[in-house]
Amino acid sequence: MKRFSAFNVVSLTLGFAFLYLPMIILVIYSFNDSKLVTVWAGFSTRWYGELLQNEAFLDAAWVTIRVAVASSTIATVLGTMAAYVLVRAGRFHGRTLFSGMIYAPLVMPEVITGLSLLLLFIGIGLDRGIVTIILAHTTFSMCYVSVVVSSRLVSFDRSLEEAALDLGCTPFAAFRLVTLPIIAPAVISGWLLAFTLSLDDLVIASFTAGPSATTLPIKIFSAVRLGVSPEINALSTIMIGIVTVGVITASLVSKRASVKQQAEEQAAVRAT
Amino acid sequence: MAETVFAPWTDPQQKPLIQFKGVTKRFGDFIAIDNLSQDIYAQEFFALLGPSGCGKTTMMRMLAGFEAPTEGQILIAGQDVARVPPNKRAVNMMFQSYALFPHLTVWDNIAFGLRREGKSKAEIEPRVAEMLRLTRLERFARRKPHQISGGQRQRVALARSLAKAPKLLLLDEPLGALDAKLRQQTQFELMDIQEKTGTTFVIVTHDQEEAMTVASRVAVMDEGRIIQVATPPEIYEQPNSVYVADFIGDVNIIEGVAHPQADGYDILWVEGRQPLHAKSTRSFSNGQRCFLAMRPEKVAIGTEEPETRNKVKGRIIDIAYLGNLSTYHVEVPGGRIIKAQTANTRRLSRRTLTWEDEVWLSWTETAAVMLEE
Ligand SMILES: Nc1ncnc2c1ncn2[C@@H]1O[C@H](COP(=O)(O)OP(=O)(O)OP(=O)(O)O)[C@@H](O)[C@H]1O
Ligand SMILES: [Mg+2]
Repeated sequence: MKRFSAFNVVSLTLGFAFLYLPMIILVIYSFNDSKLVTVWAGFSTRWYGELLQNEAFLDAAWVTIRVAVASSTIATVLGTMAAYVLVRAGRFHGRTLFSGMIYAPLVMPEVITGLSLLLLFIGIGLDRGIVTIILAHTTFSMCYVSVVVSSRLVSFDRSLEEAALDLGCTPFAAFRLVTLPIIAPAVISGWLLAFTLSLDDLVIASFTAGPSATTLPIKIFSAVRLGVSPEINALSTIMIGIVTVGVITASLVSKRASVKQQAEEQAAVRAT
Repeated sequence: MAETVFAPWTDPQQKPLIQFKGVTKRFGDFIAIDNLSQDIYAQEFFALLGPSGCGKTTMMRMLAGFEAPTEGQILIAGQDVARVPPNKRAVNMMFQSYALFPHLTVWDNIAFGLRREGKSKAEIEPRVAEMLRLTRLERFARRKPHQISGGQRQRVALARSLAKAPKLLLLDEPLGALDAKLRQQTQFELMDIQEKTGTTFVIVTHDQEEAMTVASRVAVMDEGRIIQVATPPEIYEQPNSVYVADFIGDVNIIEGVAHPQADGYDILWVEGRQPLHAKSTRSFSNGQRCFLAMRPEKVAIGTEEPETRNKVKGRIIDIAYLGNLSTYHVEVPGGRIIKAQTANTRRLSRRTLTWEDEVWLSWTETAAVMLEE
C-alpha cells in the first residue's frame, strides 16, 4: 500500500493550509515595505524597527510579559498544591465536588469569568491595573495547571513518598526531595501552558485591565479597529514566534519526560 | 563452654520490643489482619511466612507507620505508636516493590536516609561505601535505578534500609530476586549484621529454607491470623496443625481414627488393615478423628519387609530426582500416595529401586505427629 495516495496529499495540504495560511500571510506582510497592508512593495524590516520606537506598544508588551510570568508562577504553585491535595488526600467528604469545581472554570465562557472577576474587583474596591490582570489570569490558568499536574500524580507511585518518610523525611521534605523532582516535567509544562494562556488572553484581560495597564492583545485589538497597520503585523509575528517556542518547549519537555518515565516503568515491570 | 540459648520468649522477665495487642486491620469490609496478638523481642530475627495476601505486608506497614490499626494497639519498646508518624519511628523498611527513588543514583538512594539525619559528608561516605560493598554494588554506584537489573535493584533497596542501622528493620521479601548463591551469601551477611549490631529483624519471605536458615522464630500466617509461632526446628518437627505441617516443607498427611493404647495411639486408617501406631503429646479421645503428619525423609523405603510396627506395602509410581535426594511416590492400599525420601549417597547406576517396584515403607512410632485438624 502506498502511504501517500493523491487523496491523502490533498487533504493534508488543505488541512494545513486552512490552519496556517492566515498566519503565513500575516508573517509575510509583516516584512512588506509598503504602508498599505494589501500591496506588496518589496522586503523590508522597517516595521520591526518602527515597532521598537512605539512607546505604547512597548509598554503593553512589558505589562503582558510581567503579567504572564507572575500569573503563571502563582498559578503553578496553587494549581500544584490543589492537584496534590485532591489526588493524595484520599477519600473525604465532597472530594468529587471539589475536583469537579477545580475543572469547572475550564468550560466556563471567558466572558462570564471576566465579568465575575470585574464585579469582584469593583466590589472589594481594587483599582484595575496590572495586579487585577495578574489575579484574573492566575484564577483561570490555575485549573489548567492542576489538570496537567494531577494527571501525572495519579500515576505516581505512592510508596516512593512512604520510603522518604521511612528514611526520616517530614512530609514536606518528602514532597520537596522526592515528589517534586519526579513530577517536575508536568509542573514545568503546566507553567508553560499557563504562560501562553496568559499571553494570549484578550477577553478576561479586557474586563480586568484598567487605564494604568494594558496588555498587548488589548492594544492590538483596539489598534486594528482603526485599521490594520503593518506595525501590528510585525508585532503579531513576534507573538506567534514566542507562543510557538513556548508550545514546542512544553510538548518537548513532557514528551521527553514521558519517554523517560516509560523506560523507567518498563524497567520496573521487568523487575517484578 | 556452655552457650546460652537465645530464647527471650521463654523468659517472662524479658520485655518484648514489639507488641501487637488485639490488632485488627480492615480495608472497607475486608479483614486483612484479624485480632492479632504477638510479641517480638529485641535482637530477634522474626520471619513471617504465609500464602500471598495473608497480611504480611500489612503487618509491616503498621509497624512502619503507613497504616493505622482499625482496632487494638501496637507497642514498640513499651510505647503505643499510634500517634507516632513514620519519620519519627526508629524503624526502617525495605519495600516489597523496592520504592527506589528514580531520580537519584544508587549512591544517593543509599545516602538518602543518612543525609536526612544531618550526618556530615565524612560520616556518610564510608557508610555508603560499606553498604555498596556489602551488597556488591560498587560498580553501579553512579547509575540510576532504571539502568540496573532487577536483582541489583533489590540489593539497592536492601542497602538503603540497612544504611541507617535502625533498631528495627522490616524486610519485605528482601532476597526474592537474587540467584541461589547470592541469596545464601546475603542471608549470612544479614545474620552477621544482626549478630554484630543487635538489630531486630522482621522479615517476610516466601522461601521456607530462608526462614529456617535465618530466623530465630518463624510465624506462619493465614488470612490475617498467626497460626503458629515457633523456632525453626519446632515448627518443622512439631507443627500445631495440618495447615502448618503442609505449609512448611513436604509432608504426608494420613487421616484416621485414634484409639488410645497403653503406649500411645492406634490409628485406624484403612478398613481391614493393621492400624498404625504413634506416640503423641496431645491427647485424643477414643474414636476421635486425627491426622498423622509425617515428613518424607522419616519414611524408610526398602524391598524387604521391615521389623517395625508401622509398615505398609506399596508400589512406586513416581520418582523425583532432586540431586542430593530422591523422593519416591508410593501408592499404598486405598489408593493413597505416601512420599518417602532418601539421600542419594550412591551413584545413579548403583541404585536398585525403580518404577513399578513393590516396596515396603516403614517409620518409627515417634516419626509422625498426631494433629487434630
Ligand atoms: N490498601 C488496601 N486496600 C484494600 N485492601 C488491601 C489494601 N492493602 C492490602 N489489602 C488486602 O489485604 C490483604 C493482605 O495484603 P498484604 O499486602 O498484607 O498481603 P501479603 O501477605 O503481603 O501478600 P504477598 O505475599 O502477596 O505480598 C490482601 O488481600 C490485600 O488485597
Ligand atoms: Mg506482601
